Amino acid sequence: MRKFFRLLSGRHAVIGLTATFLAGHLQAQTTFPVNGIAAEKQTTYAFTHATLIVRPGVTIQDATLLVKDGRIVAAGEKIQLPVQAMVVDCKGKYIYPSFIDLYSDYGLPVPERPSRGFNFSAPAQLTSNQKGAYGWNQAIRSDISAAALFVVDDSKAKNFRDQGFGTVLTHQKDGIARGTGTLATLANEKENKVILKERAAAFYSFSKGSSTQSYPTSLMGSIALLRQSFIDGKWYASRPAKEGLNLSLQAWNNNQALPGFFEANDKWMAVRADRIGDEFSTQFIIKGGGNEYQRIADMKATGATFILPLNFPQAMDVEDPNDARFVSLADMKHWELAPTNPAAFEKAGIPFCLTAADLKDTKQFLASLRKAIEYGLTENKALEALTITPAAVIGTTDVGTLEPGKWANFLITSGPVFQEKTIIYQNWVQGEKYAVNESGWSAVNGLYTLTLTGAQQSASYLLEVKSATSARLFAKDTIDAKFSSDGKFVRISFPETKNGKKTTRLSGVNNDGSWQGTGEDTAGNKLLWTAVFKSDVAAKADSIKKKAPLSLGKIQFPFNGYGWDTLPVSTTILIRNATVWTNEGDGKIEGADVLVKDGKIAAVGKSLSAAGAQVIDGTGKHLTPGIIDEHSHIAAMSINEGAQSVTSEVRIADNLNPEDINIYRQLSGGVTSSHILHGSANTIGGQTQLIKLRWGSNPEALKFAGADPFIKFALGENVKRTSSSQNNRFPDSRMGVEEVLADAFTRARDYEAAIRAAGTGTTTGKGKKVTADPFATVRRDLELDALVEILNSKRFITCHSYVQSEITAAMRVGDRFGFRFNTFTHILEGYKVADKMKAHGANASTFSDWWAYKMEVVDAIPYNAGIMQQVGLNVAINSDDAEMARRLNQEAAKSVKYSGMSEEDALKMVTLNPAKMLHVDNKVGSIKVGKDADLVLWSDNPLSIYAKAEKTIVDGIIYFDRTRDLALRAAISAERSRLVQKMAGEKKGGVPTVPAQASMEIMQTCSEHFHRHGLLVVDGEQANNQ
Amino acid sequence: MTFSMKNIFGFLFYGLLSLSVAAQETVYPAPAYNGLLFIKNAVVHVGDGQVLDGVTIMIKGGKIEKIAKDLPIPMDDVKVFDVKGKHVYPGLILSSSVLGLVEVNAVRATADFNELGEFNPSIRSIVAYNSDSKVINTLRSNGILLAGVTPQGGLISGSSSVVQLDAWNWEDAGYKPDNGIHLNMPDLINRPNPFGDASNPPGDPLKRGMEQVDKMKAFFREAKAYAFEPAHASTNLKYEAVKGLFNKSQKLFVHADAVREMLVAVDFSKEFGMDVVIVGGSESFQIAPLLKANNIAVILSQMHSLPTATDDDVDQPYKTPAMLQQAGVLFAINDEDGQTRGRNLAFNAGTAAAYGLTKEQALQAITLNAARILGIADRTGSLEPGKDANFVVSEGDILDMRSSVITQAFIQGRLIDLTDKHKQLNERYKHKYSLK
Repeated sequence: MRKFFRLLSGRHAVIGLTATFLAGHLQAQTTFPVNGIAAEKQTTYAFTHATLIVRPGVTIQDATLLVKDGRIVAAGEKIQLPVQAMVVDCKGKYIYPSFIDLYSDYGLPVPERPSRGFNFSAPAQLTSNQKGAYGWNQAIRSDISAAALFVVDDSKAKNFRDQGFGTVLTHQKDGIARGTGTLATLANEKENKVILKERAAAFYSFSKGSSTQSYPTSLMGSIALLRQSFIDGKWYASRPAKEGLNLSLQAWNNNQALPGFFEANDKWMAVRADRIGDEFSTQFIIKGGGNEYQRIADMKATGATFILPLNFPQAMDVEDPNDARFVSLADMKHWELAPTNPAAFEKAGIPFCLTAADLKDTKQFLASLRKAIEYGLTENKALEALTITPAAVIGTTDVGTLEPGKWANFLITSGPVFQEKTIIYQNWVQGEKYAVNESGWSAVNGLYTLTLTGAQQSASYLLEVKSATSARLFAKDTIDAKFSSDGKFVRISFPETKNGKKTTRLSGVNNDGSWQGTGEDTAGNKLLWTAVFKSDVAAKADSIKKKAPLSLGKIQFPFNGYGWDTLPVSTTILIRNATVWTNEGDGKIEGADVLVKDGKIAAVGKSLSAAGAQVIDGTGKHLTPGIIDEHSHIAAMSINEGAQSVTSEVRIADNLNPEDINIYRQLSGGVTSSHILHGSANTIGGQTQLIKLRWGSNPEALKFAGADPFIKFALGENVKRTSSSQNNRFPDSRMGVEEVLADAFTRARDYEAAIRAAGTGTTTGKGKKVTADPFATVRRDLELDALVEILNSKRFITCHSYVQSEITAAMRVGDRFGFRFNTFTHILEGYKVADKMKAHGANASTFSDWWAYKMEVVDAIPYNAGIMQQVGLNVAINSDDAEMARRLNQEAAKSVKYSGMSEEDALKMVTLNPAKMLHVDNKVGSIKVGKDADLVLWSDNPLSIYAKAEKTIVDGIIYFDRTRDLALRAAISAERSRLVQKMAGEKKGGVPTVPAQASMEIMQTCSEHFHRHGLLVVDGEQANNQ
Repeated sequence: MTFSMKNIFGFLFYGLLSLSVAAQETVYPAPAYNGLLFIKNAVVHVGDGQVLDGVTIMIKGGKIEKIAKDLPIPMDDVKVFDVKGKHVYPGLILSSSVLGLVEVNAVRATADFNELGEFNPSIRSIVAYNSDSKVINTLRSNGILLAGVTPQGGLISGSSSVVQLDAWNWEDAGYKPDNGIHLNMPDLINRPNPFGDASNPPGDPLKRGMEQVDKMKAFFREAKAYAFEPAHASTNLKYEAVKGLFNKSQKLFVHADAVREMLVAVDFSKEFGMDVVIVGGSESFQIAPLLKANNIAVILSQMHSLPTATDDDVDQPYKTPAMLQQAGVLFAINDEDGQTRGRNLAFNAGTAAAYGLTKEQALQAITLNAARILGIADRTGSLEPGKDANFVVSEGDILDMRSSVITQAFIQGRLIDLTDKHKQLNERYKHKYSLK
């Protein structure tokens, strides 16, 4: 097919070739003086005979798009062309609204992030480095205005335009609150013109970016900071005198009316972001990371619109088995399934936009999008996600479709825009043309009559042009010609005969489909030539390569080999003829049956039966209550918010990680509940979360429902930052630790009184009492809220502690303020003050035999639990360690060895006793009718090193089963092998691969760093400080 | 306390000992005993897989003379212990440890296991060994009587020494000084470096690691040439220190975990003809037959570990010993846990017994195998005539915390005092609370 420009103005016949020539021709700004001739331009273009995609789903054939002064005037059939219109014949071409990317930082400086090589002992930066009347935290950059910083950058703009984009919402990707983004086109014009909407949206994230301030160091801290900022903003709206001018909060408040974008970059982060939004009546638009397909139901539940990147991982080079060894199945599965992410959103009916963000190179955008389409995304949905959805999200009527009144931002393409062979010829932005790839615009393919006119002779041939680079000539022979055409200039050379050495060489220009020029024949005689289009070459039927149907692995919950295909539900289970350790008055019952129904223990006795029950033979085996770990750091994204000495505002619950493999591993050791504690980096740490090990669930469903809230405190070496020789964070001694406690609770008490006073309200003239909102005047403080709960026995303390002086000092602070230290955890010198602890009413949760790893444990003894128990304390053995937690039964058994404790009492230290200290002994901790069916079936006496957990049951669901585990191992092996082969196949097929990278595991610890956790483990402190 | 009379019952002795409350400073190393010693009615776990029930062990001059049923016990001035119903085990051996080199991990002033520099073969751990470390006695209480004291740091850390755990000073403690040279294999895993961690610089870690390997090889080539040089114009202490590797009077202990790292270790053994032992070996199960074929022994540093990779079998570290056993690899189980300081060695072995080893195989991994690997099997590691009388008596299965209660221990025939700081503090506070 022949495609030509037909321009009324011959001067602009080169329009297709010189894009930059036209740039800068939007109407001049009124206020700007002109040096030279103003020559104001009025432009009207008519794009005719095009297949016009006015908006996704609305296609008009043979239509005209009329553009005047940068805006669309009309789009449709039979449009009257104004006489001044410059007509561009788009016969055979497609015109689309150009794309919108809502997640760009185009035109903005990228702030330098401090290199955060982790240094736990470096001094803290306790205050913000931002000078001026701003807020306290450097990561709250609500005052940043992208519009104020925006500078057009045509080289970057071109990369976007070449991929079809015409408009971006750009913001500075830095900080937890990132200020406002601005909506700008990708035109190469003055900033004043390209900015369509100065303040189009507000942006947030969990990452503190360039902030050098210590707080927050953790995800929990970021969440707390965001929550407190929402609260502070509301409070600041009344301009409290005490605060003075706070530009950060002022800007925060101003930004609240804008759509809020949250950079989550991960499926669970999306859930966390949405939860913050829910709390403050804000529906965030969530920027995803590409793994959301793994939990699409949870994504849907957010009710959010998503911005999805297309940064699909490249195949790894896993040919070397020693490299493949360290690549996790989850990473390989994600490689395979990541391209299904947009399709999963479409299928689930979740609104989404697409972004070129996160791609290594913007130029990969369309190729990645085609991959997403190949993996199930429909073309129409893809177009929506790039046009009308983003336009609607930010409420712009300026761009997104080809409807009259919009900016003329459109693409002219050779065919349906997402098809592989389609070429984007031009990308018009605000009515100005930017060439993308015009070499095929006026396709030269076809049969031509080539006429050579020399002084001596003339000749005529049939020329078949097959492409811009190949042609052949039909003379006596069929002769392959050397041919090249760039759309304008044409070069042809050919020998006289098929094997001739000498060539006739022609050079000419393309004028509206006819070519003419000059040349030399084989003898060197000058000649003139013309070539006139005769007819199209009959197109060969395109042999469409049928792609093999996709064969993809399954999504598992959690997303690794030990996950479930579908989440399990509780069934009726009858365990028969086991030795049942009840932890109740009956003690240990030999040959007993336990019936589990609806997640509860339904009966304990002999010769039970139940219709339809799954019967498990317990002969020779032992059944115990599930193990409860009072002190654990698994299943969380961060553990320590160590930037301040009091961080009671942070909550482990905000950052649970339900996919931590250690959940499964601990189930294999009989653990059913874990108390996830904040670390010990500071005196008053964060709020803890008791979880049940419901492997496969989402973060919310991990929580132990109805359990009393707890908080972690810590004393001693860690909180005074002993390992740092440059500590500048108060306290630096145990003397100071005690005062941190006293100060915090003094503030809490005063705060509570202030709230009470402010909330009492006034009595009206008619004697009617009006209760005021106390937080209208008192700044609600999340940190103090938690401490007030402690004062009111609504939140309970578990306190990391070692030496007797600090234990006693802490209890005395409690006595002074009228609260109790519910639990002292670690408590390795508890045996020295067991009597005092008993008088105070504290529980003790300790290690069996840790000692001598730091100075404060040089008097730790393995008889500690035994002595404390004999003095009459409620004693538990805890892990604080993901490996040891799998052997807590053995850790308890060490008191049998060292202190001669009875076996039943020893088992209680990891079952009933921790249940008591966590206030959940009404639900778990013993085998009693009505309690939760959290049970372990052991192969042997559970106090023996030879005992293995064969089945671990939580809420009546068998979450770990040694038989099933064997099957999973085989499945993992098979799936790994399949994916390794598939990756290797990609490599063989010529697809570029990246070197295999070990899949690291992040492990959270309590800052006790004296044993190794394996080759692939990264310490969570290190990971979180980034 | 000396019991120079016949038929002192073990339980009586234990009862007396537990009453002695004194600071560890007054727990004296036992003097040499050259007389006769009989342990009768013993269930003897030989250490090589055999169990001898109801036998008598005869010890003379600190060495095992005979083990047999119904050995006649002379009426002379002999020590006799009736251990009826109890188990006798070879003294357990902690193969590789910083015992005595560090008292409290977090206190820098107490740490003497790490030296500056990459090549420190002439560094000797034994000269820093503190025989008065409070940790030592807690190990004895759990049956550990010998330890390989190992330096760390650099590429070549220095020499380890085997010590016995009842001594006045390091010279007394030396059981086999300078038994091996320790080498730390560089990391040969391609890890992502998303955190800009300074200890993990950018670039190809494999290439970087191999450069270090080349440096080490170059060192050994030079050292080997030096070793065969009849006379030296100048003395090179570093080359001198590794001479024993080339005549196999010393072993090369290569600290390595990943397969590629272990393959390099095998290459060391091939090229230099050295006796190579892998220390760490968490991935050794992957190449067990290859290790066997090349006679490479393994010290498994930490049985009680999590699996290396998410996809690994949840009990992989626990069953690794069984996989090595099956392949015929000589291996020892170690306990380098920094928070319990080695006291759980027997339970690390117990875990291996729960996951595929027999109990006697598991015992062997912390006794005879360890002795073989450390080069002391001619003198200890099993209860056999001619070997040192290094053994412990336990009320029950030593591998299981449910039953392991050590009542007596002997080093070179000397009955050692099992008091330790922990027992003393236990007594002190039982006294405070009037507990029994």
